[in-house]
Amino acid sequence: MDDLTRQIRRRRRVDLAFAIGGAALVAFSLAVLVVLIGDLIRHGASRLSWEFLSNFPSRKPDQAGIKSAIVGTCLVMLVTAVTAIPMGVAAGMYLEEYAKKNWFTTIIEINIANLAGVPSIVWGLMALGLLVYQVGMGRSVLTAGLTLGLMVLPIVIVATRESARSIPQGIREASYACGATRLQTLRYHVMPYSMSGVLTGSIIALSRAIGETAPLITIGALTYIAFLPPSPLKGEPPFVSLEWLTSEFTVLPIQMFNWVSRPDARFHANAAAVGLVLLAVTVTMNALAITLRYRLRRRYAW
Amino acid sequence: MSSSTDRGRAPTGVLSLWALARPASAVKGLKMVTPGSANPDHASRGRIKGRGGARPGSGRVPRWREAWIEFLLLGAAVSSVVVTLSIMGVLVYESARFFRHVSIIEFLTATEWTPLFDRARFGILPLVSGTLVTSTVALLVAIPAGTIAAVWLSEYAPHRMREFLKPALELLSAVPTVVYGYFALMLVIPLLQKIIPGLPGFNMLGAGLVMGVMIIPYVASLSEDAMRAVPGSLREGAYALGATRAQTAWRVVFPGALSGVTAAYILAFSRALGETMVVTVAAGMQPNLTIDPREPAATITSYIVQVSLGDLPHDSIGYQSIFAAGLTLLLMTLGFNLAGHFLRRRYREVY
Repeated sequence: MDDLTRQIRRRRRVDLAFAIGGAALVAFSLAVLVVLIGDLIRHGASRLSWEFLSNFPSRKPDQAGIKSAIVGTCLVMLVTAVTAIPMGVAAGMYLEEYAKKNWFTTIIEINIANLAGVPSIVWGLMALGLLVYQVGMGRSVLTAGLTLGLMVLPIVIVATRESARSIPQGIREASYACGATRLQTLRYHVMPYSMSGVLTGSIIALSRAIGETAPLITIGALTYIAFLPPSPLKGEPPFVSLEWLTSEFTVLPIQMFNWVSRPDARFHANAAAVGLVLLAVTVTMNALAITLRYRLRRRYAW
Repeated sequence: MSSSTDRGRAPTGVLSLWALARPASAVKGLKMVTPGSANPDHASRGRIKGRGGARPGSGRVPRWREAWIEFLLLGAAVSSVVVTLSIMGVLVYESARFFRHVSIIEFLTATEWTPLFDRARFGILPLVSGTLVTSTVALLVAIPAGTIAAVWLSEYAPHRMREFLKPALELLSAVPTVVYGYFALMLVIPLLQKIIPGLPGFNMLGAGLVMGVMIIPYVASLSEDAMRAVPGSLREGAYALGATRAQTAWRVVFPGALSGVTAAYILAFSRALGETMVVTVAAGMQPNLTIDPREPAATITSYIVQVSLGDLPHDSIGYQSIFAAGLTLLLMTLGFNLAGHFLRRRYREVY
């Protein structure tokens, strides 16, 4: 009997040790994030200023800024969003609402799952070989946006499908019972209800695209750009110009990579400052997506 | 055991979007459903909130428009296949031109990779070894840490805490990889140099460790999804027999989720293989055939970046070599991904 009590006590101890160890490990992972942010702040916060955000890159570390990188990131993301979101939603809705279960659909599904596992640098190679040289789009904003857009497409597709799938079948049946067609059901029922999931997925997709460096380096994005692409808005009709699509560009992560890989330590401070800007943007986007998902999930409790 | 009702729920984590392991069997197309299964409560709730009700007067939709939209949506879905084909096409086409100059046998067996020298040698092995060593270091960190975190989140953490911690952990994967590269080079490697004297300023160990931390949330999130898919009744059975939480977790839940957890490991490994910026920034870019993680080395990905940063002419053999390297990488990750998806598919069907 004594033996048994001892054994039980030992097992309880193991259990407790594990509870503490697991919590400590999760805390450690989160601590890494805190240390990372702390280190970036320690080295980079002093460089963050209005001049830093509004200067072009420079050979002199104290005068260098990220104006062209910020504008470049915004323009590339615009193209990415315009590519990935409509295509991803359309593909996701087709697979969830229209597709019959046959070999053809299965192929598309397996294909999308595999696309998500393709390393980002391979996307860059595809863009380099196909878009830059075969299609002749050059090392432009358009090429970069398309590449990233295709790369994050699977995220949007899966998000769309998951949110469409979570809508109870009864909603659709009610709609059909009222005489609605498939399209009407999709337009007035499935789409509005899945909007939150689509939005969450799109934000996550874009936040991933913003931080992506490797495929853009492969395309040959320049690291030193001291000019802005032509403005998308014009003074005279038709007021909108697409000239910027063909312009050369740089983006925030590439600017950071460039400064990290220089031997001069003063550039490292600049790198830390860009890192802070990048981190602020991606963490905000992700936090937004998480809150959105949480709140909207509560709103529609099926 | 209040949470046993939501055990079987589909994974909702951000990472599960990226992992994308959705078995075809889970697809629910529009089915004709028997009257009994239609739930009027749901429909009416949607109506009462005034959202999504069919608008009066929206009128008839012409047949052709129905068909046209369906065709459009189909086009979007099919375009993903076109994208895959073009990736394969480009890689194979450029690699084929590369292999006109370099024999496949030399490519796979030679031990030197010196594409920019006068006497260029193209043996992929040093790049593969660099890739495998950094990924292995990363996994040695991520697998134990990720698994323990997953077990803790799934079996120990209170429900509310998990709802908060899992997204917080996923923020780790929201950090851009180039920032992790900075972290490895500026913080982790100097720290390691204090512990291991004589460690070079660029090395695979530091890069691998940071990469490991980077994929902890990935392993944790996917494994936790798998563990939550284990039915609550199995846990209750174990508790009824007097097992502690640790015993239940390791002897019942973990074996029950094993194929899903293994799939998480495999997918994490394939992610580590394809990771670029951390190794480019922190592991040095010297091709180096070694299994010692303390040395600097180039990986397949960092070689591609290195060449892209230079200005190689379009038709040079150096330019074609990055496609051959990329094809090698793609085949490696594709193999792992297929294995991972196969395993995930299996575990879903168990319960």
